[in-house]
Amino acid sequence: MTEGSNVGRSATSRPPPYVVEMRDIYKIYGSGATEVRALDGVSLSIRSGEFVAIMGPSGSGKSTCMNILGCLDVPTSGEYRFRGVEVGGLDRDELALLRRNFMGFVFQSFNLLPRTSALSNVELPLIYEGVRPARRHELAMQALATVGLADRAHSISAQLSGGQQQRVAIARALVTEPPVLLADEPTGNLDTVMAEEIMKELVSIREQKGITILMVTHEPDIARYADRVLFFTDGKLIRDGSPAEVIP
Amino acid sequence: MRALDTLGMSVQAIARNKLRSFLTTLGIIIGVASVVAMVHLGQSATRSVTEQIASIGSNLLFVMPGTAQRGPGGLRTTAENFELADVEAIRNEVDGILVAPALTTSATMVVGNANDTVPVIGTTNEYFSVRNHYLDYGREFEGGELSSGAAVCIIGKTLIEEMFLGQEALGANIRVGRTACRVIGVLEEKGESMGQDRDKTILMPVKAVQRRLVGELDVSAIYVSALVDGTTGLVQDQIESLLRQRRNPVNGGANDFYVRDTQDIAQALESTTNTLTILLGAIAAVSLLVGGIGIMNIMLVSVTERTREIGIRLAIGARARDVLTQFLVESIALSTLGGLIGLVIGVGGTWLVTSQLNMPFVISPTVMAVGFSFSVAIGVIFGYFPARKAALLNPIDALRHE
Ligand SMILES: Nc1ncnc2c1ncn2[C@@H]1O[C@H](COP(=O)(O)OP(=O)(O)OP(=O)(O)O)[C@@H](O)[C@H]1O
Ligand SMILES: [Mg+2]
Repeated sequence: MTEGSNVGRSATSRPPPYVVEMRDIYKIYGSGATEVRALDGVSLSIRSGEFVAIMGPSGSGKSTCMNILGCLDVPTSGEYRFRGVEVGGLDRDELALLRRNFMGFVFQSFNLLPRTSALSNVELPLIYEGVRPARRHELAMQALATVGLADRAHSISAQLSGGQQQRVAIARALVTEPPVLLADEPTGNLDTVMAEEIMKELVSIREQKGITILMVTHEPDIARYADRVLFFTDGKLIRDGSPAEVIP
Repeated sequence: MRALDTLGMSVQAIARNKLRSFLTTLGIIIGVASVVAMVHLGQSATRSVTEQIASIGSNLLFVMPGTAQRGPGGLRTTAENFELADVEAIRNEVDGILVAPALTTSATMVVGNANDTVPVIGTTNEYFSVRNHYLDYGREFEGGELSSGAAVCIIGKTLIEEMFLGQEALGANIRVGRTACRVIGVLEEKGESMGQDRDKTILMPVKAVQRRLVGELDVSAIYVSALVDGTTGLVQDQIESLLRQRRNPVNGGANDFYVRDTQDIAQALESTTNTLTILLGAIAAVSLLVGGIGIMNIMLVSVTERTREIGIRLAIGARARDVLTQFLVESIALSTLGGLIGLVIGVGGTWLVTSQLNMPFVISPTVMAVGFSFSVAIGVIFGYFPARKAALLNPIDALRHE
């Protein structure tokens, strides 16, 4: 289902198409003296199959950029094309369909439905797609098996450890097989051991499915799993290159 | 999204918060139960009035001295009683009727050691058909007893129970007032009617009551029954003009008697009970409305509380309308559930009250359907605003909500 069959930046004769193209994106909160330029003229393009880390100090606009990339938020001005479609002209429901069909989200705070089983959490996106219960169950179990949690399918999500919860969240993000995975500080609430486990999970999933991963992090060790790093400061994209080039 | 899944999600949300869900539906339960019970009880009261009136006698006219305003409980003025000759005149000149005189008084009845004050009606054998109250056993008055005013009586069932205490009543000698009197018959059981125990009564030949108990040769009421349905109006007119001639009211003034059609009384009572039913139903409907506001209140709280959940759902692909339907279905499910429970309680309550008060148990599918549809409608109306609020949340703001 994804066009990014070639992983990473391996040299081929024809480069994969752009998934994401941002031109002169501004996101401005407030006005006058209290104006905050969360994004201050950002332009960037990401090709299918890339694993991109977004870095920068706190308040530099990483999350804001991620939310716009994920069509959860709209920019104040600028052009944003997702898979060649100008997102600015879409309404709420069209954006919802875009998220449903092409994106999976992983958040820093896991964002599972607390009093619901791991399995039901993973089934949720399939419910909105209208998948029948039997098939839904099968796909969700597969996704949980991919993240190594098949045996905890019926546990209530609030009773799982942080690492387990984040893996359930990854299973939920991937169960619809979206071509793009967006993760805002997926390891932010985890200790280093668990963080490493999660990163290995993401890398292996990417190798299996060839998906595009966009990940916000402020930890260099985590960013090094990516093959490209975008560095933000004060709402501006100031550096763009391989981890070795960008991370000091 | 499949409709069944929407329903499943709502049921889960309701089940997850059982106490709150119950308290939310309580308003609807009480509302629907009271609407259903009130309207059913009102209908039952109407039915019981109609049945009582039918048991008084069909096509029955009361001819009374005095003047009266129309309708039950109207003001009365007194006038001279009728004479037996008036009864004879009506019998001879008006066609298609049965007519019975009645001279009503009350007297002390003594049976052995027991005594009680009892209504006594002096009448003739026509009384049985006219008043639709027949003999259970024994015999009617004989011609000789009627013409001579013999001291014989026919008594009601209540008196058998209270005064005779299992002794044989038929043929017994009792005292009525100062007269020794032989029991020749017993009336069938009739029960209560218009707040009056019709089984606590003594019938005697009209002349016996005139001479032995009252001491006046007159008649306090004339009962007339039209033999053909729908002729009571005509009969009433004929009786009125006949009696007007005979009684000749002063200076051509108003009649000093009146004829009352039991049908009119029935209609008046029915319209009274109907008005009461509407009134009670309306009051109950207000409580249903309050129940609806309760649903809206709790749903609004629930939306605020579940803002983050809504954010998650929007992020993973729920459209605004998916969220809207989920919350709407939730409130409709709650109100429908409340409506069903309310129906059961309302019908059960109606049954309990009617069986205690000896009223007919009336169940109207229309009332139940209306009560139930009301509860569903309330779920839609009062659920819509909170559901819309949930659906219009901005995904990113909802996700940030703590
Ligand atoms: N809803 C909002 N209203 C006003 N200002 C906002 C809002 N959201 C973000 N901002 C501001 O925009 C700027 C960028 O915020 P953003 O969340 O993108 O930073 P970040 O790089 O993700 O930081 P962190 O590493 O702490 O998560 C900050 O100055 C923040 O205060
Ligand atoms: Mg952030």
